[in-house]
Amino acid sequence: MAEFINFYLIPGLVLGSIYALGAIGITMTFGILRFANFAHGETMTLGVYIAWTLVQLTGFKSMLAILLVLTPISMMLTIMVVLLIDRAFYKPLRASPVIILVIASFGLMLMIRSVTQFSWGVQLKTILPGIQPRMQLFDFFSFPLKHVFIVGGALLLMYVVHYVLTYTKIGKAMRATSDSPELARLTGINTEKVVMATWVMGAGLACAAGVFLAVDTQVDTMMGFKILLPMFAAAILGGVGKPYGAMAGGVVIGVAEELSSYHWIGDGPLLDPGYKQGIAFAIMIAILVWRPTGLFKGKSF
Amino acid sequence: MDPVLYGYMLYVVSLLTVGGLYAILALGLNVQWGFTGLFNAGIAGFFGIGAYTAAILTTNPHASHVGGFQMPYVVAAIAAMLVAGVIAFLVGKVCLRLRSDYLAIATIGIAEIFRLIVNNETWATNGPRGISQIPRPFEGLPEPINQFAFLGVVLVTLAGVYWLMEIARKSPWGRVMTAIRDNETSAKAAGKNVETFRMEGFVIGCMIMALAGALMAHYLKFVNPQTTDPLLATFIVFVMLVIGGSANNKGAILGAFLVWTLWSASEIVAPRLLEAIGMTDAGIRSAYVRIFLIGLLLQIFLQKNPQGILPETRPSSPGKNSS
Repeated sequence: MAEFINFYLIPGLVLGSIYALGAIGITMTFGILRFANFAHGETMTLGVYIAWTLVQLTGFKSMLAILLVLTPISMMLTIMVVLLIDRAFYKPLRASPVIILVIASFGLMLMIRSVTQFSWGVQLKTILPGIQPRMQLFDFFSFPLKHVFIVGGALLLMYVVHYVLTYTKIGKAMRATSDSPELARLTGINTEKVVMATWVMGAGLACAAGVFLAVDTQVDTMMGFKILLPMFAAAILGGVGKPYGAMAGGVVIGVAEELSSYHWIGDGPLLDPGYKQGIAFAIMIAILVWRPTGLFKGKSF
Repeated sequence: MDPVLYGYMLYVVSLLTVGGLYAILALGLNVQWGFTGLFNAGIAGFFGIGAYTAAILTTNPHASHVGGFQMPYVVAAIAAMLVAGVIAFLVGKVCLRLRSDYLAIATIGIAEIFRLIVNNETWATNGPRGISQIPRPFEGLPEPINQFAFLGVVLVTLAGVYWLMEIARKSPWGRVMTAIRDNETSAKAAGKNVETFRMEGFVIGCMIMALAGALMAHYLKFVNPQTTDPLLATFIVFVMLVIGGSANNKGAILGAFLVWTLWSASEIVAPRLLEAIGMTDAGIRSAYVRIFLIGLLLQIFLQKNPQGILPETRPSSPGKNSS
């Protein structure tokens, strides 16, 4: 039991909260700008490298300093880059068919990645050096302290998203636009402003999710792309355009991925860990077959 | 022959051979994206399915992987197309009734799953080390004639695919395809079964991609998971089609040869340029510069000239007496 919780459930929740943060951006872009943003994973990678550079520049070594001071700065810088990208590459295509935007984002995925690889190289890096302390609870629960920070940070950011969407004017405008863009425009909502807000939210969360992932594992130029499919799956599972759905979907997929290699039957893992990445895809296909609107009744185009 | 000239000649032959293989891929994508408006982000997956099927069926028995059936090339190519067709049918069943974004996500997923399988099922595919010693048609002939002969195989296949696609484009089938792409509702109102037509376009496109994959396996004589690098293979074909001209078969071929020539030439020029301006690791970093520039080229075309170099030309409507 302790083994199950320590080595499968907790890592699953950690991974799930990272997916959840990333999937919010995907689902909002899908809902408001109406296209599947393939470059979202690379936004995440870029944010991580910005954070890594700040860590090198400042020499900060404590997890708290990195998460509380450097991560917000990196989020801000990532947001600025993404707004510039929107200005240069997405804005001129606003009137084009959405599928053109998908192609543009596919191209940007490779362009952003090549910039990252060009500037920082492809060697693995660590953002948090040294051995991390573990936490011991009631004798049998034991997990790295960083996992507490990751899940806590993710919950905090999700609360901020909830607050913005529920209580602020721009948040309400975002939800309205996601539900019905034509109706939103008729009621006088400034669509351009909503689009900007969507990028700000998506890019900021992507950067944070990336830093959490980097703290948990390593810094790698392919890290964003590797979790792109799980993030898409989480957005679709939760229902496209539904931020709460994306949060739930992310956690479900993260936990499912980790639990898939638990020895449920017999001694060996239920699913070869090499196929872990296939879980997200399998869940996504199942949802598309049986309930394309997702768990939270999102859009199905 | 002068050895320098001979070297150039072989370079041109290989440029044309690989360019021709990409042209076949671009024609396959043109059926999907150009005529039917479907975004396939997993070209590399179907290409890889074709390459591995052909490799397993035509190689000699070997302990490191399944197969070694020593099948004739044509049988292997047909089998490659059938396998890709069946997988495309299953993907299409799930995604084609939804909006095109879902197909894009699902196809990139298929390409990734295929890579997982190839990497993990070592007994069948020899994992990351790949399958080597794949036979190539005409390799028994003396050098350089064998190179020309294989180029001939590629160009004849390309011509055959082009011919078939031109017939398809001008046929009633092709007209329905473009009608669906441009206005799904009115096509439906005219009594066309949109889903069936889309499925046909998607499956045929994937089969053509698998055919290109099979030929690539013979050309390289070697396949491994890197052969189907999901991004470069997929992305560059999109760039080729968008630049050459979507929905124009000639444009697809033109774009393929043009972009492939630029891509290979930049492989020689870019590292030297970077070295000249005093950059470290110019060799490795020039690859990223090239990817960035090709991406930028795509963005410029999408924004300024989405029609491509050769815009679509619609077949003239049949006259009243000919219908």
